[in-house]
Amino acid sequence: MIKFLLNNELVTLEESVAEVSVQQYLREQKALKGSKEGCAAGDCGACTVVLGEISPSQAGISYRSVNSCITLMAALHGKQLITVEHLSDGKSLHPVQQALVDHHGSQCGFCTPGFVMSMFALYHSDKTADRETVNTALSGNLCRCTGYRPIIAATMESCAHRTEDKFSALEAVTLEQLKDIAREQTLPALNNVYLPETREAMALLLSEHADARLVAGSTDLSLEYTQQLKPLPTLISTSRVKECRELTLDRNGITVGAALPLNDIAAVLSQQFPALHELIERFASLPIRNQATLGGNVANASPIGDMPPVLLALNANVIIDNGSQYRHVAAREFFTGYRQTLLADKEWISAIHFPAQQADCQVKAYKVSKRHEDDISAVCAVFTVTLQDGIVTRLTSGFGGVAATPVSCKALEQQLTGKLWQDQSTRQLGMQLLSEAFSPIDDVRASAAYRKQLLANLWQRFWFETQSELLATTRVPTYA
Amino acid sequence: MRKLVEQPINKADTSPLLRSEKHESAIRQVSGSARYVDDIPAPDSLCYASVGVTNVTSGQLEALDLSSVWQSPGVIDVITIDDIPGHTDIGAVFGGDPILLDKEVKFHGQPVFAVLAETEEQARIAATRAQMRFSQSEPLLTTEAALAADSKVRPTHEFGRGDVEATFNHAPLTASGHLSVGGQEHMYLEGQVSLAIPEEEDRMSIFTSSQHPSEVQKLVAEVLDVKLHRVAVDMRRMGGGFGGKESQAAQWACLAAVFALRTRRAVKMRLPRMMDMQVTGKRHPFENDYAIAFNEQGKMLGAKITVSGNCGHSPDLSDAIVDRAMFHVDNAYQLGDTHVVGHRLKTNMVSHTAFRGFGGPQGLIVAEQMMDVVARKTGLDPLTVRKLNLYGPQNGMTTPYGMPLEQDILADIIAKLEADSEYWQRREQIRAYNAQSPIIKKGLALTPVKFGISFTAKHLNQAGALIHIYTDGSIQVNHGGTEMGQGLHTKIGQIVAHEFGVTLDNIEVTSTRTDKVPNTSPTAASSGTDLNGKAAQNACITIKERLAALFSEEFNVTADEVIFANGHVMAGGHSLPFTQLIQNAYMARISLSATGYYRTPKIFYDRDTGSGRPFFYFANGAAGAEVSVDTLTGEYTLDKVDILHDVGTSLNPAIDRGQIEGGFIQGMGWLTSEDLRWDDSGRLISNNMATYKIPAIGDTPDHFNVALFDRPNAEDSIYHSKAVGEPPFMLAISVWCAIKDAIASVADYQQDPALPAPATPEKVLMAINALRGEA
Repeated sequence: MIKFLLNNELVTLEESVAEVSVQQYLREQKALKGSKEGCAAGDCGACTVVLGEISPSQAGISYRSVNSCITLMAALHGKQLITVEHLSDGKSLHPVQQALVDHHGSQCGFCTPGFVMSMFALYHSDKTADRETVNTALSGNLCRCTGYRPIIAATMESCAHRTEDKFSALEAVTLEQLKDIAREQTLPALNNVYLPETREAMALLLSEHADARLVAGSTDLSLEYTQQLKPLPTLISTSRVKECRELTLDRNGITVGAALPLNDIAAVLSQQFPALHELIERFASLPIRNQATLGGNVANASPIGDMPPVLLALNANVIIDNGSQYRHVAAREFFTGYRQTLLADKEWISAIHFPAQQADCQVKAYKVSKRHEDDISAVCAVFTVTLQDGIVTRLTSGFGGVAATPVSCKALEQQLTGKLWQDQSTRQLGMQLLSEAFSPIDDVRASAAYRKQLLANLWQRFWFETQSELLATTRVPTYA
Repeated sequence: MRKLVEQPINKADTSPLLRSEKHESAIRQVSGSARYVDDIPAPDSLCYASVGVTNVTSGQLEALDLSSVWQSPGVIDVITIDDIPGHTDIGAVFGGDPILLDKEVKFHGQPVFAVLAETEEQARIAATRAQMRFSQSEPLLTTEAALAADSKVRPTHEFGRGDVEATFNHAPLTASGHLSVGGQEHMYLEGQVSLAIPEEEDRMSIFTSSQHPSEVQKLVAEVLDVKLHRVAVDMRRMGGGFGGKESQAAQWACLAAVFALRTRRAVKMRLPRMMDMQVTGKRHPFENDYAIAFNEQGKMLGAKITVSGNCGHSPDLSDAIVDRAMFHVDNAYQLGDTHVVGHRLKTNMVSHTAFRGFGGPQGLIVAEQMMDVVARKTGLDPLTVRKLNLYGPQNGMTTPYGMPLEQDILADIIAKLEADSEYWQRREQIRAYNAQSPIIKKGLALTPVKFGISFTAKHLNQAGALIHIYTDGSIQVNHGGTEMGQGLHTKIGQIVAHEFGVTLDNIEVTSTRTDKVPNTSPTAASSGTDLNGKAAQNACITIKERLAALFSEEFNVTADEVIFANGHVMAGGHSLPFTQLIQNAYMARISLSATGYYRTPKIFYDRDTGSGRPFFYFANGAAGAEVSVDTLTGEYTLDKVDILHDVGTSLNPAIDRGQIEGGFIQGMGWLTSEDLRWDDSGRLISNNMATYKIPAIGDTPDHFNVALFDRPNAEDSIYHSKAVGEPPFMLAISVWCAIKDAIASVADYQQDPALPAPATPEKVLMAINALRGEA
């Protein structure tokens, strides 16, 4: 059974429903056809809806935009599902809708409901709607007609003059309704998707369902259903397991719960490692980051995932649980082959631990892709270097897009240690080592030759950016 | 033809004309209540169709076993080409497009059979279950291979002027080169979709997302083997078209109709994104060759240009598309003695089709490439070369196909943009910046667009409209154009409201229906408002003449004096509310309904002589773009854009600006991140939104100035406005030229970099490598 609010209506689903995704449910069962299907893969945002949840402080509701096409029905448990049809107040449009009208922000209109919902989520955040924030908020919404300029203007204007809307007026009531659901001691489950809240329950479910697969944000797994037409197996979700949702920061480093959506950990990670800010901003889109988790990205072990190279370069540990005991595996050991890891049957990733870096350790993270937002890396490269008196005492690396797994370059890390960092020969040695280190492939994103040159040139960028004096501007103007 | 309203426009204060009225559907769009085909409430018997496709690129179908498809859950019906009652070829103009595979495999992913099932999911799953065996043959995939094999969908066409060989023999300087120009996926956010509802006997209602309802009607009728009058097509709005729903929306409507006829059930056929990308044509990739003759002062003396369009497996609209590429290789420049050749090459690819600009962009970019080459060879600034070679009284005003330019406007547009955007100051700043920045290089370019307006297929330049006035004074308008977001219905509403002197809330523009206005042309070639606006205006004039006659009888004034404005009808000091006059007219038994018709004057083209006036007029514009390029990775950002564009008299400045901005960004996508990729076997591998990247929100520059150049169309177009759908697309060539300018800096602007389109970061880095290797 699951319970959620569909706009203001309490919905209880006892039995399985025919619809797998939230979008199908809205369109087919509830005749709410404002959410459009543009891709059924979380790439276009025409299906965007907003989920309201009890905020971390328990004092209010926080709103996040998600792609309804790849959101599983069970994930709605305990949340308020807000759709575009519900935004207006009587005949008055919501301020974000009115601003889009006033700025001529819709042409064909097919993407428009999705934009409206992303704008609505931003409207209900405390963020100042400057251009970078707007880019982030709307990074998961594609428009083929307008060129975005009027949508940007409408978003900035409406969010610059936030006033109380019917959602803020009803917030206390809605909050109580969500808390009522939260107080019920039931195992939320629907359509063979289970959402346990404890590690013991998790372990029990895994033992009961031998063929079950793990799921968290479902942003990748759903594609098997929407794109490959495969029936989904029994799924056991880590997303409500308490231990998988914790974030602890101490002098040893930072431990990030594996089931925390990436957007929920972005601020902390960026604060600890400012160099990751751009990489996190460019990791998929905001609606994806609102669901996708660090644990999912690591467990997927895709060679083109953007978080594994970070784990490798930062010498992170993967904390694995089976319900009775934890084990720690170094990220450098974790990835064993193409989409293969050391995660064993009936285990799940509970958290990722990033050890605190030495104060003088410099970290840089780079991503190259055809499009800046929401694209998959041709190459992702993360480097760290620690210098003492200008001499390399430690150098680490992590790469995506250059091999069958996320990888480090051990030759680089070994041979550069002890070198005088500012020497041109150090730069050249790194270029040479990285040019020869991997045998990347040609694919739809990049040629092998380009990837090889990127490895060498991103290394050069790293070298330039970590010299004691600025030798050159190294980035085209993107993220501040 | 009737004498039409002349300038100046007599415009009452309350007239919505020339104002930035909101899109007629804007409120419904932002509320989620604007209805697209997939949103129509399901009819009782609704079931769903899907297609099964080839997994080879060329060869013959040797065996097809559909038993597993039939056995798949929920399956109702399965058809192959043998089950089509009527025509099996749905080619738009020339034929060559079988509705389902007819023995010969033409491309990878070609639909072989169609299946009908109770649910969409069941239909899609069943479609994957067929056993198919093919004998494979070597596919033709590139223009080079097709040229070598003389594989063409239509004959090569050529035209030119002057003694080109002599000019080249005597020219002080010559150069030649090759330019690969990629295709483009339309990526309308709403994929292809049709709904067929069986009516009595063999009659059929079709709801479709199509730019060409009349062609859907015709093809459905032909496929069902019924007369056209038994098929009615309704098209309220598309979730984007861009040319991709001009000819290629019909197949899905036809298949749905065949199932509907066979099963007497309502049938929906909606392509999932990956299928849509696989089975529908794209912008034609082109391979272009040019040779130019010029002098040390940068003046063009002659050009030999060959454009080779990769048309895919069938003609579709390719003849006109390659023609339009040829008509635009001069862009805005007097090239001197010029010879232009256009090949239409047949390959084993999906049949490439219309896309905003219709071949024009692929031709026009050659002109800008040639200007850049002249600039680098002569050491002149590219803008200097462009200005030097513009059509004008000094250089001449006749195109290589013999059409005179009658409105000399681009020199003024460029001069204003050059000043307003501070081109020369920025040129100096960029030179200085690049001299001290070893890694990041900036580039700047200012390029014009001159784009011919009219269908080059002359017969398409006609339109009809139907206007009803009801007894409460409310007005319903129907016309042959389709609404795909471009604001056509908004502009038509403004025109009709203006003509009758009423406010916009009195006007309802209804869905496009083949049973209201027959034999319509596709909404394409930027012509929607030009054609349908005039037709609607003519319908208004017919009704107004009847009303004016009644008014003049009643008040003893002459009909010529009667004015419709501010919700009233007035003459000689007498006035009646519009609604009162309508009620009087009804009681007096005067028809309150009229059709309007329009055909574009002046146009003709003679293929035998390669000359004529294929275009009623030209739309013009210019854009300045500034970029930053990272020479380590090839990544770049578009930092600043300034646009000055000619829409004649703007009927709706906000909508026109929207077309300019949207066209520009879409054009930028074509030239930068939108990278169509097929593997060696001919399979499309950029087949979803994860692997094919259209511009996202961060790609729009902060500095994005768009202004309208305020000068009425010299031709008698609707209120002397100009078409705006396609021309701004090509303003984005400024971005590509600016990237080249930045790259050229690494070799001190001595060479024009070889940069194919799209200029992905990888291609940019390759161009930098090449220049550095040679530098």
